[in-house]
Amino acid sequence: MVDRIADIWGTRTAFARGERWPVRVDLRLADGVTEADVDRWVASACVLCSNGCGLEIAVKDGEMVGVRGRATDLVNHGRLGPKGLFASWQGVRNGDRLTRPLVRMGGALVETDWDTAMGRIVERSRKLLAEKGPLSHGFYTSGQLFLEEYYAQAIIGKAGLGTPHMDGNTRLCTATAAASMKESFGSDGQPGSYSDIDECDAMFLFGHNMAETQTVLWMRVLDRLAGPNPPRLVCVDPRETEVARHAEVHLAVRPGTNLALMNGLVRELFAHGWIDEEYIAAHTVGVGELRSTVAPWTPERVADTCGVDPADVRRAAEIFGTSDRVLSTVLQGFYQSSQATASSCQVNNLHLLRGRIGTPGNGILQMNGQPTAQNNREAGADGDLSGFRNWENPEHIQELAELWGVHPDTIPHWAPPTHAMQIFRYCEQGSIEFLWVSATNPAVSMPQAPRIRKILEKEDLFLVVQDLYLTETARYADVVLPAAAWGEKQGTFTNVNRTVHLSDKAVEPPGEARSDLDIFLDYARRMDFRRDDGRPLLDWTGPEDAFRAWQECTRGRLCDYTGLSYEKLRGGTGIPWPCNDEHPDGTNRLYGDGIFPTEYDRAESFGHDLLTGATVGPLKFRALQANGRAILKPAAYHPATEAPDDEYPFLYSTGRTVFHFHTRTKTARAKQLNRAAPSAWVEMSVPDAERLGLGEGDLVRVASRRGEIVVPLRVGDVRPGTVFAPFHYGYWEQDRSGPGDRPTAANELTETEWDPVSKQPILKVAAVRIEKVADSVGPAPAPTNTASRPADASAVRPTAGGPDAEVEERPRETEPPAAPDEGGRR
Amino acid sequence: MKLPVYLGMLQRAEQELASSFRTVADGHGDEPDVRATCELLASQCDEHVAAMQPLVDRYGSEPSDEPERLHAAALPHPRSGPLALLRDLQDVHLLASFVDMTWTLVGQAAAALRDEELQQVIADREAETQVQVGWLTTRMKQAAPQALVVAG
Ligand code: SF4
Repeated sequence: MVDRIADIWGTRTAFARGERWPVRVDLRLADGVTEADVDRWVASACVLCSNGCGLEIAVKDGEMVGVRGRATDLVNHGRLGPKGLFASWQGVRNGDRLTRPLVRMGGALVETDWDTAMGRIVERSRKLLAEKGPLSHGFYTSGQLFLEEYYAQAIIGKAGLGTPHMDGNTRLCTATAAASMKESFGSDGQPGSYSDIDECDAMFLFGHNMAETQTVLWMRVLDRLAGPNPPRLVCVDPRETEVARHAEVHLAVRPGTNLALMNGLVRELFAHGWIDEEYIAAHTVGVGELRSTVAPWTPERVADTCGVDPADVRRAAEIFGTSDRVLSTVLQGFYQSSQATASSCQVNNLHLLRGRIGTPGNGILQMNGQPTAQNNREAGADGDLSGFRNWENPEHIQELAELWGVHPDTIPHWAPPTHAMQIFRYCEQGSIEFLWVSATNPAVSMPQAPRIRKILEKEDLFLVVQDLYLTETARYADVVLPAAAWGEKQGTFTNVNRTVHLSDKAVEPPGEARSDLDIFLDYARRMDFRRDDGRPLLDWTGPEDAFRAWQECTRGRLCDYTGLSYEKLRGGTGIPWPCNDEHPDGTNRLYGDGIFPTEYDRAESFGHDLLTGATVGPLKFRALQANGRAILKPAAYHPATEAPDDEYPFLYSTGRTVFHFHTRTKTARAKQLNRAAPSAWVEMSVPDAERLGLGEGDLVRVASRRGEIVVPLRVGDVRPGTVFAPFHYGYWEQDRSGPGDRPTAANELTETEWDPVSKQPILKVAAVRIEKVADSVGPAPAPTNTASRPADASAVRPTAGGPDAEVEERPRETEPPAAPDEGGRR
Repeated sequence: MKLPVYLGMLQRAEQELASSFRTVADGHGDEPDVRATCELLASQCDEHVAAMQPLVDRYGSEPSDEPERLHAAALPHPRSGPLALLRDLQDVHLLASFVDMTWTLVGQAAAALRDEELQQVIADREAETQVQVGWLTTRMKQAAPQALVVAG
């Protein structure tokens, strides 16, 4: 047994390059329950991060009693991380769930029945449609629903109502991943595979604290590092993360300067001839502009702007330029910072310049944050069109119109679908009067929380919130709908490397809670949305109908699901798309042939200017004649809009901790996780703390131009001049929607600002000041075994889980599974 | 040679464009993307003015007050709200298009003069101006339906 709170990544199973990652089955059952007691094991995958680890839910007496990793699953080879082990089941099966719909009466939320709740929604919806039309409606959904649920929402919004105002909280976590791939390759669609970790000689983690965000993926890296011929690691992160500690080169760049570094790394490739001229000529366009844009970025200039050592810039570039097989991963350190899309495109460019993409060990993983973010991007309940279709291509709109049986003009395509930040702006201005929030908690997770709360509480905004719990956001709602959780409903979802899992229903939802799909279908029925031929717009009876309809929507598209079925997905592992007649077992990597979806007819986007977000448009895109070649897109660096000054001298960055997910609605309800990181804190470097006379655990006020938090201080390993706060900590435990006199939500301080292309909010660059409020009464409640570790280890008791955090691990229990192109699966 | 007339007009127009972008940035601070992008583009215009100086030094420049009429703040209408945003962006678009075409025409003259330095200065700046026009178009197209159909 291993205490998996203390030992987050568990036992090592070392392996060498080119070998298959050994299996290790991780198992955690409720106290007193053994495997022999379990009635049924129900196949699913974890939904607490984007990794999508295959698992089985243990069911006993109609209740979830634990989980076990699936040894045969391509994603995790049996392993689970702390969140999956403890929160996936305990986080949803507890007494706090919403069990009946609520409606606002005389200012308070009171329980009611479904007819009344849905009746209110439909009444308001119809009235607004009649008076103001569809642009009065907005939908803000999630990265945590199932594919079938997003597709239903997309059809309701785009073909039923006809509103362009649909987005998901995927805007906060993954919009830049999608945007950068659209710019470089013409379409969303992850080039790389997790098995590239098994094959690579060097690995670059760009703003990706993998050790905490995708713990099981990090186990794969640790196992490579523990084996013969380990990959060389390069880490770009302002914090001394676990990744940084294992890295050969750690570039702790000043927040907001990623693009300067990337321009410098690309320049080094040119300067040393570490480029593949033949590949560039055959498979890319735009090399001239790229070369001239990066020309000024010598290592010295990079060092000056980013606050790093020029020798480290050279070493990092050399590792990239000279390693035979190189894998890059990118996440929030890039996506939620300044010039996000441009910086992430430069990662793509590094690989394209060397022709290192789509072959074993040569990959790009533009990561996602949330478990089902990929599906929202595919299905189009966010700012995309279903099936990676292009809103600027009339043919694509026509295809959707035919699938949905409506006139093309019903589908809003006069401008890009409205992004989340703009949806909230329209709510603020009063032109959106109906907002339906599903499975997300914007009151805590969106930037500039004081402003978001003001918008949510507006009298003239009719707010519907659909969730498992009475979240901070739900407290503002006019109608609250109780949703069924993971394990209580059926559906599919897709992880970072395109692997599709089926999650079967294990237990009944509590009380009257319903699946999100049922709720959307009910709304569509009550609104009487119809196709032009008079048939109901959505005549599905359940998720499998939705899945079949979705398969038709993807036929011939890059994200082709036509070769999949629920039955096939019950075969012991997830399967990576495209999966069709040509690739019946799925596809491990994309673009190994150097052919990209940049043909006019295939492209999901005609692209943008990376500096301003101006659309390129069909004419100029045609003129570019990419025609299957990738597009090398650069942008000039410019400094972040908010820089530290005398009044607000520190750079403030937000992020996550390994023990929590999103706004903790699930993870805080797993006692093992909650004890490890029970409440908010802020991190500062030793020299800064000494200068300000602050010590471990002192209560401090961190203030920006927009708001403040009051939290204990962790004196830790952040870059001097920078402070860091975890973003998980809102107010629901205190039965409040906002801070009262103890603000803790990191977003009290962040700025309403976003990347010009991906529209992802910039949550990692703000200027703040810090002052002491009270002396320490004990160490900060931050973990000691993550990037939040204290500088003085002796001052804080080490994080440990205790008896109820013991997990059974069975290393090398079976032979590891093999990916599709490695002779796996039939 | 009348090139100095156009050089004077262009330099003046870039100054007006910079100032127009700043007016819009200040007036629509609640639209963060508009504020940030307009500030960025204003500094681009400043750079264009500076980049033109060697050409002005070489060919001379005649003063022009024409572009002033095109300044975004010159038109009287309400300065806040969705409709005002649209109008302001449209005004700037008018001026930016004027600048864009002026670069094109000066570029034609540069080609005729076979002045390579002049041509290089023009090519880069003209491309940037085209992106400016493109951004304004993109942003207006996004804002128009909401501003014209539903906003109060
Ligand atoms: S790595 Fe992610 S998907 Fe896997 S168990 Fe942990 S939280 Fe779940």
